[in-house]
Amino acid sequence: MDFELPLFLFNKNAGEFYMKSDTAVPVKDMPKTDPRMKLIAAKLKKESFKPDALIEILHTAQNAYGYLPKEVLSYITKALHLPPSRVYSTVTFYHFFSLKSKGEHTCLVCTGTACYVKGAQAILNEIERGLGLKAGQVTADNKLGVQVARCIGACGLAPAVVLDDEVQAKVAPEEIVQKINAKIGTL
Amino acid sequence: MNRQDLKTIIYAEKKKEETNKYKHKICVCCGAGCISSGSEEVMKKLQEEIKTRGLENEVEVIPTGCMGPCNQGPLMKFLPEYNIYQKVDCSNIAAIVQSQLIEKKPIEDLLLFADSREKPFIDARDDPYFKKQLKIALKNCGHINPERIEDYLVHNGYLALDKVLFEMSPEEVIAEVKQSRIRGRGGAGYPAGLKWETVYKYVNDQKYVICNGDEGDPGAFMDRSVLEGNPHRVLEGMAIAGYAIGANKGYAYIRGEYPLAIKRFELAIKQAKKLGLLGNNILGTTFSFDVEVRIGAGAFVCGEETALIASIEGKRGTPRPRPPFPAESGLWGKPTLINNVETFAAISPIINNGGEWYSEIGTPKSAGTKVFALAGKINYAGLIEVPMGTTLREIVFDIGGGIQNGEEFKAAQTGGPSGGCIPAEHLDVKMDYESLVSLGSIMGSGGLIIMDKSSDMVDVARFFMEFCMDESCGKCVPCRVGTRMMHDLLQKICDNKATQIDLDRLEELAVYVKETSLCGLGGSAPNPLLSTLRHFRKEYESRIVQHD
Repeated sequence: MDFELPLFLFNKNAGEFYMKSDTAVPVKDMPKTDPRMKLIAAKLKKESFKPDALIEILHTAQNAYGYLPKEVLSYITKALHLPPSRVYSTVTFYHFFSLKSKGEHTCLVCTGTACYVKGAQAILNEIERGLGLKAGQVTADNKLGVQVARCIGACGLAPAVVLDDEVQAKVAPEEIVQKINAKIGTL
Repeated sequence: MNRQDLKTIIYAEKKKEETNKYKHKICVCCGAGCISSGSEEVMKKLQEEIKTRGLENEVEVIPTGCMGPCNQGPLMKFLPEYNIYQKVDCSNIAAIVQSQLIEKKPIEDLLLFADSREKPFIDARDDPYFKKQLKIALKNCGHINPERIEDYLVHNGYLALDKVLFEMSPEEVIAEVKQSRIRGRGGAGYPAGLKWETVYKYVNDQKYVICNGDEGDPGAFMDRSVLEGNPHRVLEGMAIAGYAIGANKGYAYIRGEYPLAIKRFELAIKQAKKLGLLGNNILGTTFSFDVEVRIGAGAFVCGEETALIASIEGKRGTPRPRPPFPAESGLWGKPTLINNVETFAAISPIINNGGEWYSEIGTPKSAGTKVFALAGKINYAGLIEVPMGTTLREIVFDIGGGIQNGEEFKAAQTGGPSGGCIPAEHLDVKMDYESLVSLGSIMGSGGLIIMDKSSDMVDVARFFMEFCMDESCGKCVPCRVGTRMMHDLLQKICDNKATQIDLDRLEELAVYVKETSLCGLGGSAPNPLLSTLRHFRKEYESRIVQHD
């Protein structure tokens, strides 16, 4: 190994970049040990390992894990015969994909125009005041992550918050902390 | 399946409809909005209630797409009486069923808009909310079960596809679309017929049709509702387009934020394939057309056509310079037709009723109808469809029921982060492409956010600039750097720290970014700023600190 980047290692002998991996399991054996990887392997097969299906496969991986672990990216990169840089650049380009865990439970505050006009910022302020979390942060125990969405398309119900997968309509700022606590048990 | 089979199925379904064993139909809105308000439980409870009363053979319960007034949901509609109940709760279902089905009279206090109008309209069609609207793209939304292809077939579904395959040549189809004068509903308003013709003229063994359902504008949910409420209509429009331009493959690019729309659209593809209305040799002809769904991964710039194509190819969604336009060299370098969901949804009625019929609706330059997502500080937020040329005043006050809490109208924001704000003195502006541009805004995809005096226009401009700054793909400098600089200047004004020099620089910068950006994102990013400067300059100037 000659030098390393946040996500890659450069092997001088092979003259190649490798994606870092935290596990000792060889990449090709991963589907055997992790059922979530089986899902990804199945999707890869369904898309007949076409590089242009990269985004579709990343969707599958993101849904299975809740984020994109390095070893999973490494596996996809090899399976599609793509340079790691191409996968990395795609992953970091789209909001949907995340390289870090978003927390077991998620609180997604919509900040689209309608929600903005109706006080989405007050909801975010209240979450920060009540739970000490800003948008994009996760609690230390990884229980809850707070995110913002550009628009979830539920503008008639503004301001809207999505707790896990459930849309909460016309949320009043003062009730948001209570709703979150009810959903995930008291923090 | 061949043509005769389709006719037989439609005939059988229509017969079933006519000799309907059900005396009543109850439509429960299962659009994403009403589901969030709890319509699925309402539906379950309603079915139980009907069962316990032994009315299963008289009443049919239909889960439908969006009915319109989303913030009054969950909505429940009784047919044929056309009584709509709002904010239906599991606790009052028994009473509604008792009164409506047994005593045959509606409960007026629970009807749509009963809490805000002096007297609700018994027949909802008389309500100005619906009377002022004309539904073409949304015609069957809220009437049919989007998850059953048979429901669509009964409402003349796939008849237009049948007509073009057997009675029209591709040239005739294009001529019909041209005659309808329909313009692209995605925002730019390019005549759809011309676009079709251009793609048709390029000779290539492989062409593609792409349906742009990457509705990234914050504050817009038209495409979502069309895809959720009537996915087959979009599918049919795509197939017709495929026949007209000579493509055998289509992609529907749908936002990842819309799981329900994706699910229903994928189901629609499956059903259509099963009936032979999609796939190889459609209706026994030589025409084959297949559609695949691609899920967007959350990038606003992917609404731009070249970025969308890059995204379908599995790459970063960065735009490229045009020409060549996608019509010449699009997906994988092949001629590609890209239209918006709403445009495709309007194709089958155009074929069925003729282009001339469509062109007579609306204004001379903007034909047809437009779907708007009406939201913000308005009483009846939701989804509406009106003829082009309807005034903003009619939309806000007659349809939207005025501003919440009796406040005064301050501005309407159209076109999302690419559009602008229309102030109160222009309330009588006709909603069509040209009139909106003349006011410094754009039609956009149809988001319409109403603001009252609590909205600070400088902050609104900052909000949109922050959005564009985040969503800039970073490929070209004017957009990447310019949006950041404009955002910082706007933030400075919001913090009451800016001087006149800052304001002048901001205006200068806005023009540079507008003129020199590569794609529509950067090119229109200064629009909210410029339009608020034009109509609300005083709000900016009051924030300026005097330089000493």
